[in-house]
Amino acid sequence: MKGIAGSKESNDCLISVETNDKTTIEINSIVGAFFYNQILKTIEDTLTEQGLKNVKVVVVDKGALDYTIKSRLLTAIERMKEDV
Amino acid sequence: MINGVKRFIPDNLKPFVSSDEHLNRIRKTVSKKSKTDETVFLHNIDEVFNALNITSGMTLSFHHHLRNGDKVIQLVAKEIEKRDLKNIHLAPSSIFPSYTNLVDLIKNGNVTDIHTNYLNGPVADTISQGYLQGKLIMNTHGGRSRAIESGDLAIDVAFIACPVVDQFGNGHGAIGKSACGTLGYAISDLEYAKKVVLVTDTLVDTLVAHQIDGRYVDYVLVIDSIGDRGGIVSGTTEVSKDPIGLKIAKDCANLLNYLGLIKDGFSMQTGAGKTSLAVVKFVEDIMIKNGIIGSFASGGITKAYVDMLEKDLFKNLYDVQCFDLEAVTSFAKNKNHLAMSASEYGNPFEDNPICNQLDFVILGATEIDLDFNVNVTTDSLGNLIGGSGGHADIAYGSKVSIIISPLIKSRIPIIKERVMTVTTPGSDIDILITERGIAVNPLRKDLLKKLEDSPFTLYKIEELLSITHNITGVPRHIETDEKIIGYVEYRDGTYLDVLRKVKDEYFR
Repeated sequence: MKGIAGSKESNDCLISVETNDKTTIEINSIVGAFFYNQILKTIEDTLTEQGLKNVKVVVVDKGALDYTIKSRLLTAIERMKEDV
Repeated sequence: MINGVKRFIPDNLKPFVSSDEHLNRIRKTVSKKSKTDETVFLHNIDEVFNALNITSGMTLSFHHHLRNGDKVIQLVAKEIEKRDLKNIHLAPSSIFPSYTNLVDLIKNGNVTDIHTNYLNGPVADTISQGYLQGKLIMNTHGGRSRAIESGDLAIDVAFIACPVVDQFGNGHGAIGKSACGTLGYAISDLEYAKKVVLVTDTLVDTLVAHQIDGRYVDYVLVIDSIGDRGGIVSGTTEVSKDPIGLKIAKDCANLLNYLGLIKDGFSMQTGAGKTSLAVVKFVEDIMIKNGIIGSFASGGITKAYVDMLEKDLFKNLYDVQCFDLEAVTSFAKNKNHLAMSASEYGNPFEDNPICNQLDFVILGATEIDLDFNVNVTTDSLGNLIGGSGGHADIAYGSKVSIIISPLIKSRIPIIKERVMTVTTPGSDIDILITERGIAVNPLRKDLLKKLEDSPFTLYKIEELLSITHNITGVPRHIETDEKIIGYVEYRDGTYLDVLRKVKDEYFR
């Protein structure tokens, strides 16, 4: 199962989530040098909040703020759940 | 030692003290060249190198009026490569993304030192990554003229792309198939270089008026094409549609009006970005509404200013370089669209340079810090992405200097506790306008007083920084490599800041 949300526009991010045998998070951000840890924390916290484990999350970030990242991830999760 | 903007400068270099410090010094000039021989016309670059005996270690200079369309620096670079000359010192007034063949020359040690006022693209990336064996010196436009006339930047051969040349070696930029307009950045090179080569693709018998005086010209190299004039337009000609940009521009114009700066006889300069262009439009609206006629606009001139000149909203334009083809056309036909040399524009030792006559200037910033120091030279990782150009010259000279910028660009805050590189000292920056608020430099008590009961909400720059961090989070501190790759030179010849190699993981 897989879900994708977002875009590669400036200030946005494209996030994909799919079921996996363990949880992995891959972040590719144009502002990674400054905000990698914060982006990672936003992803981890959101997964915990959603009680989601064993997913592969891939983030292509173009400078999105945390609330954008979180909402894109939540939408991707919803789409993953619909993807049967 | 630590200089006047709290930056470390190696002990063997003259540290920046303050932007007024040149007032305590007298102008130093080497004698202008005088030549007795007739100007010689040649037809290939090989002959020019032979005639001038161009050898390893020499300093060669260029102007950047053809911008991304320039073919002259590429032509000379190819000849340097062909002859495998080493340790060449290049002094182009700017370096554009199209100058790609300089990359290998730098990596192979053909070119080892560079003086320039602005650089962007592959050459900038190559230098950021530490490949230049010598040093990169970043000047301002006015500072480059000062460096040349004082002999600090001694030029062996100046190659001056010149759209039209007559039989006496006089030249002009306004006409010819590669017309690029005023040639302001080439004048100091013309007058002080040991040898001068005009490079042209259009010959005429006699020029009625000229900007390049043939008395200084040793050789004229005639080739098929000096460049593609379409490459001049590298900025934008469209007014911003971005709501954040428009809000900043509107606030800026209203603030200028409130401060009484838009009045009969006023003068201004702005950059060529979309938001700057929006400011120009809003200022124009205010001028028309209130029946105001300005004295002059200066700078790199764009269509927006040509339109205002032709509507008689300004008496004159002072133009050091044409930023688009409409400006080139205007320069050729409008008598009050006047050329200025880089020295007349911003040399701190000119009696009354144009930059000192400006009422206000609107400038950009990649970063600005709590001391109002501005960086337009590197990005926040230390990669070279620009340079002063006239930034530091007009920030110093104008009565009011304003930085316009969104608080955040792709999550990166533009306000920093400390900028990566100081391009313009904070003492010369008066006001910061962002979409979320305005900050006035505490040194400008007069402006703060005038704005006390104004409708504008003023913030301390520290408050704007904390508003930003609440939105973006606090960015991680970025370390550069230890290796020094060059220096930022202030317009008076002192050293403002050190440029260091970017760490490998932060390469662009």
